This record gives sequence, C-alpha cells and structure tokens, in this order.
Amino acid sequence: MTNWGPNNKSIMSQSEWPLWEVFIRSKQGLDHKHVGSLHAADATMAVQNARDVYTRRLEGVSIWVVESTHIHASNPDEAAEFFDPAADKVYRHPTFYTVPDSIKHM
Amino acid sequence: METLEKDLSRDDQFQARIDADVRIEPKDWMPDAYRKTLIRQISQHAHSEIVGMLPEGNWITRAPSLKRKAILLAKVQDEAGHGLYLYSAAETLGASRDQMLADLHSGKAKYSSIFNYPTLSWADMGCVGWLVDGAAILNQVPLCRTSYGPYARAMVRVCKEESFHQRQGFEIMQTLCAGAPVQKEMAQEALNRWWWPTLMMFGPKDSESPNTEQSMKWRIKRFTNDELRQKFVDMMVPQAEFLGLTVPDEKAQWNEARQAYDFGEVDWNEFWSVVKGNGLCNHDRLQARVQAHEEGAWVLEAALAHAAKRAAREAVAA
Ligand SMILES: [Fe+2]
Ligand SMILES: [Fe+2]
Ligand SMILES: [Fe+2]
Repeated sequence: MTNWGPNNKSIMSQSEWPLWEVFIRSKQGLDHKHVGSLHAADATMAVQNARDVYTRRLEGVSIWVVESTHIHASNPDEAAEFFDPAADKVYRHPTFYTVPDSIKHM
Repeated sequence: METLEKDLSRDDQFQARIDADVRIEPKDWMPDAYRKTLIRQISQHAHSEIVGMLPEGNWITRAPSLKRKAILLAKVQDEAGHGLYLYSAAETLGASRDQMLADLHSGKAKYSSIFNYPTLSWADMGCVGWLVDGAAILNQVPLCRTSYGPYARAMVRVCKEESFHQRQGFEIMQTLCAGAPVQKEMAQEALNRWWWPTLMMFGPKDSESPNTEQSMKWRIKRFTNDELRQKFVDMMVPQAEFLGLTVPDEKAQWNEARQAYDFGEVDWNEFWSVVKGNGLCNHDRLQARVQAHEEGAWVLEAALAHAAKRAAREAVAA
C-alpha cells in the first residue's frame, strides 16, 4: 500500500494561499471587469497567475487584483429595500419628458 | 415551526427565480441541497479538467513535430485553466480548495472516467480532442445557461476555448487518415478504443439516473444523459465517415423515421467498473496527482513564507 490515502498528513495540513479577485481591462478605453478569482501568495504572484489563467488569448491589456477579504458588498437579502430609493424616480430618465415633434437635436 | 414555514416559502421563491431564468449569485440565499449538489458537480468537473491533463501530457514530449507539440502544450495548459475557473466557482459556494483537492486525492471525489483509459498512440491525441473534447462541449454548452452565475460564467470561458481543442484533434485525425495506410490504421484503431468510452461520458441511462429530475428543475443540468448521447452520435457518425473511418458499432445506422442514428448498447458493466476504480489507469492517475501535490507542497509553503517575510520587511521600512 502506498502512502497517498486520505490520512496523508501533508495533504491535510496544507495552508492555502490567500484568494484574490481578478479584474481585467480588455482593451484601452474600457473599464476593468471582474473575471474570477485565484490563489496566490502575494500580489505580484496574483498578477502573474492572473495573466496565465485569464489572458492566454490576449483578453487583457491591464490587470487588477484585490485580496478577496478586502471586498465589501451590499447584502443581497436587503437588495429590494437598498435599491428602492431609485425605483420611483422616473424623472431621472430622459424618456419621462415629452419633447414637441418640431424640436430637433434634444 | 416558524422557521420551517419561512424556509418553505424561501424554497418556493428560490424555485420561482430559477423558473424565471434569474441567475443565483454567491451570497443569495439557496437551499442547502442546491449548494451541496453544485459543489459536488462543479468540483467533479474541475477534477476532470485537472486529471484530464495527464493522458495528453503523456504525449507532449513525443509529439511528431514542434507545431503539434506547441498545440498540445497549449491545450493541456487550457485544461489547467478550466480546472482553475471551476475550482474558483466552487469556492464561491463555500468549498475550500484544499478540501476539494484532498477529496480528489483520497478517492472520495470522482472525476470523469474517460481519463482512466490509456493514451497508447499519437492517434489517441486526435481521438481525445475530436471525441472527448467533442463530448465535453456537448455537456458544457448548455451549462453556459445554468442557474448558478459563477458556474455559468466559468462555462462561457471554458466553451470559448474548447472548440480549438476539438478542431486540433480532428485535424490530427484528418492528417493521419490522409497519410500512409499504417497511419490510417492507427487512426481507426484509436477510434475503436475511444468510441464506447466517450459514449459513457454522458453518464448512465436516464432510467438509472435518479438525480436528473431535480438537477433539471434547478437548471444545473439542461439535457438528460440519453439526449446528449444521441446528439453526440448524430454529430460524430458523419464526421467519422468523412474521415473514412468506421465507428465500432454495427448498429450505428441512420434511422429515417427517427431522423437520428440508432446505435448499440453501451457496456454498462465496464462503465460501473471504471467508476468504481477498476479502469486501466485509475491508480496511475490518482497517484500522479498525489505525487505532484506532495512534491510541490514545499513550493506552496516557501512562497507563503517568502510573502510573509517581505510583508514584515515592508512594514518595518514604512
Ligand atoms: Fe476543458
Ligand atoms: Fe471540460
Ligand atoms: Fe478541452
């Protein structure tokens, strides 16, 4: 019997590299967009790994990485109430206003 | 009692969102069973990508030309990428990477049985790309619309890369089939070995697949095993004919009435035997994985120690 079963200590005691979220600018002039995550020991390695994992076909010209623990998010369970204030403000949209047909360029 | 009622209505709300094709995102409430089933499905898929590197990795140093070597290397690297996309999708559900790998290495987690077959000749690289990646594409394309957001997005990324895999495999087959008689024989011999195992990739018959119904309801599966298997045969028999090869199944005949190919019965005893660990390569594949993990463990530890040391130095300097 070889020593690679479930009780192997070296497998179980491994400490994981931190998780990083990856954002990629696909071309100059566009925003960085979240593409996924990966593990890396530090930021430099995270950027290099992100290049290898997420841009093997020239999908990016710039990469941001952020340690996942540093991301704070709105609570999805409270999304309805949280975004509610914008729901009844239709006058924020140009379509709320009627422009006479004779008026051009507006 | 109160929580039970609340949970019931939550379950209904959840199903209503899925029925309306609203994607579920990591922090959204979801039933425990949905989370568990997805973790199992996504991690199994990730394991398949990673273990799937081994049979092809076998031929990188023996590829017949520099061009083929570069292509095969790129394909195997893509499979590593697919594994990583999928592991991170599973992590958004709360699974830990270490635990997933530990489960793979202990044999608790499964991966696709197709990778427990050996790659004996160069034509196998053709068959793996053409048939195995072809079957994977059929499985994966519908998953681009699966209900769990991170999984669906990972699958979109994967599918974009898979079609190159299939085409390079088909091109290998085409080249062999246009070559000397021994080359064509090699292609036919590989097809003979890979045909049935690829049909098994779609899983047991619908009648033997009790979880299909729930998975379809959750939209983490969008076609049944038998539907996908039929589609595969319908696609592949004409492609084999184009190559001048014959699929090793006398029953594979066009059925005008059904507008589909009839085909023979998969050897389900072989299927279950390989799933249970008795395939030709189960032992080798797992051992190769565990060995890579153990022999690389010091790199993981050293990189962490290095990062900690550098962070401490920077803190002092600041
Ligand atoms: Fe893949
Ligand atoms: Fe795959
Ligand atoms: Fe592939």
